[in-house]
Amino acid sequence: MTPRIGCNELATMGQMNMLEAIRDALGTEMAADDRVILLGQDVGKFGGIFRATDGLFAKFGDKRVFDMPLAEGAIVGSALGLALSGLRPVAEIQFLGFAQQAFHQIVPQVARMRYRSRGRFAASLVIRAPFGGGVKTPELHCDAIECQFAQAQGLKVIAPSNPYDAKGMLLSAIRDPDPVLFCEPLHGYRFIKGEVPLSAYTIDTGKANVVREGSDVTLIAWSAAVDLALRAADALSTEGIRAHVLDIRSLLPLDVDGVVTATEKTGRCVIIHEASLTAGFGAEVAATISRDAFYSLQAPIERVTAPDAPYPLAAAEQMFIPGVERVVAAARRTLEVQ
Amino acid sequence: MGNPSTPQFLYHNDPVVPLRLLEPDGTLAEGSVSPMDDEQVLRALRLMMLSRAFDAKGISLQRQGRFGTFSPVQGQEASVVGSAFALDPSRDWIVPQYRELPALLHHGLPLENFILYFNGHPAGGHIPEGVRLLPIQISLAAQLPHAVGLAWGLRLQEIDGVVLTYFGDGASSEGDFHEACNLAGVVKAPVVFFLQNNGWAISTPRSRQSAARTFAERAPGYGFDGIVVDGNDLLAVYAVTLAAVERACAGMGPTLIESQTYRLGAHNTADDPTRYVSQEALNAWSDRDPILRVQRYLSAHGCWSDRTASEFRDDISRTIDEALATARAVPPPTAEDLFEHTYAELTQRQARQLREHAL
Repeated sequence: MTPRIGCNELATMGQMNMLEAIRDALGTEMAADDRVILLGQDVGKFGGIFRATDGLFAKFGDKRVFDMPLAEGAIVGSALGLALSGLRPVAEIQFLGFAQQAFHQIVPQVARMRYRSRGRFAASLVIRAPFGGGVKTPELHCDAIECQFAQAQGLKVIAPSNPYDAKGMLLSAIRDPDPVLFCEPLHGYRFIKGEVPLSAYTIDTGKANVVREGSDVTLIAWSAAVDLALRAADALSTEGIRAHVLDIRSLLPLDVDGVVTATEKTGRCVIIHEASLTAGFGAEVAATISRDAFYSLQAPIERVTAPDAPYPLAAAEQMFIPGVERVVAAARRTLEVQ
Repeated sequence: MGNPSTPQFLYHNDPVVPLRLLEPDGTLAEGSVSPMDDEQVLRALRLMMLSRAFDAKGISLQRQGRFGTFSPVQGQEASVVGSAFALDPSRDWIVPQYRELPALLHHGLPLENFILYFNGHPAGGHIPEGVRLLPIQISLAAQLPHAVGLAWGLRLQEIDGVVLTYFGDGASSEGDFHEACNLAGVVKAPVVFFLQNNGWAISTPRSRQSAARTFAERAPGYGFDGIVVDGNDLLAVYAVTLAAVERACAGMGPTLIESQTYRLGAHNTADDPTRYVSQEALNAWSDRDPILRVQRYLSAHGCWSDRTASEFRDDISRTIDEALATARAVPPPTAEDLFEHTYAELTQRQARQLREHAL
């Protein structure tokens, strides 16, 4: 046998989309830790409405993968009880918009269990939910409400933007002693692809990640909006503008140092998210920058977001969600200030 | 079987007679045998009296500004203590609401923790290691899905144990009650839903919570059994709960127990029940006082006298004073207490905020 260069890498890396990376993380951790169980609507034989759990029921059986009654509150509330019994539940909510039906369990119960019990009990569980528009879903399926959970101290709210992060961050989330709301980019489930190690690895979910180096303007985003920021950065590069792109990865807790460092790199900031402007998480990022990176700012902070209106029906959604042109225009505006 | 082409509406209007073993005069109901021996009944009585004495002490201290807002158990002692006595604290779990002090004590919570909690000290939330008790729940019915998940998780891991969860007639109107019962039936969780129907949700009477004849009869709709018990009868509550626990242990799944009792006191120390509870109702229920009933029973057995009563009162008073002193000796909360236990570790921001607090 003649060893060939790259053989090891080929054997240990795979091209995956977001869903495949998520499924790979679930299967990897279920094989490694028999405390890990999956619960949600249609996650069993059907493999989830997006197939995120495809094949896991067949592999791990009906003592590890549970189809649940159609009740988000009971899915999350019982996941908390299951966690207290010593298991590591990973609950799927079919769309983050429906996590509102479990808001009363996620925010006052799951997030506060450790605090209320002074550390005796930990809600070591993960709630997975896709969010975001652009795929012509019916009403309420597409709402980007991740920010509504970002005040739930005790909860971690994280949102990967690429398959490598999705697998590593999900493995970190399942092993995290604290509860994690794992927000998945519905729009990018299949088209966002990348190389993913086949072995298990974790990512420090609380650390923001520079996904593209640049020196002229900083684009700050998370989840599917990172892909948008990268496309905007490509467009800006044709004009000779080098964009620095920061994926914050985690809304709660926020990596303040990461945001400050990325801002200081250029002194000009555009924050991008799919939720409406008012009280969106961009406001938190902007306020953080204006306090902790004030003297590096060369221009007002721009926010590219959905307008202050409810998410519209599908035929109108392309006007609603932020696009490349709006990001590029906002970046240019920051550069017009001398 | 009726004719399938004729509509058969499911409707029940027969009166439901709650299970009762001990009559209000302290005699055993005809044909019944006590499920508890006298020594057990005495221990239960001590806890019931401790609870009643703590209510009085707590209300008095609260009026002096030395204790926080809390909900007395008064009137419901048999319901709470009888059910707790049916559990094995080394095996079973209690998932409480907030009006079950004697059950928490019986299960292993130190009284000083309860005092600290209602005095607003963060340390009061701590449940000692090994005590199978979830924290007091303020959000009504939110604990019910937790109880089901915990019970289901024990079963999945083949760990012996039953979960008993307390809630009230008001809480049964919450969506979480429905979701929890429904799930418990589907997964056959070893859980006992212990509904204390005390007649009131603050000022809202039981009749405004549900048009159902009883709360217990909702259970069959979830695929398991329900039962109504005289909640002011220690022996009946104990017997029914023990049966439910044994059924859960045997893999028969959940049970819904409706314990029909009465809140003789206020909802909490901020409430004024004279605005909505009639004196006639209070008088009627005071005649069925659960503590008097047990004392009459023991008295007839020669196990209760003025001397025992006085010994119990002294012992209880000492227990309460000691717990109050222990709680008073706990140092006041610090800035660290504001942040600690939010997460396993402080976040970057929390660490900064804590430093700023220290300045």
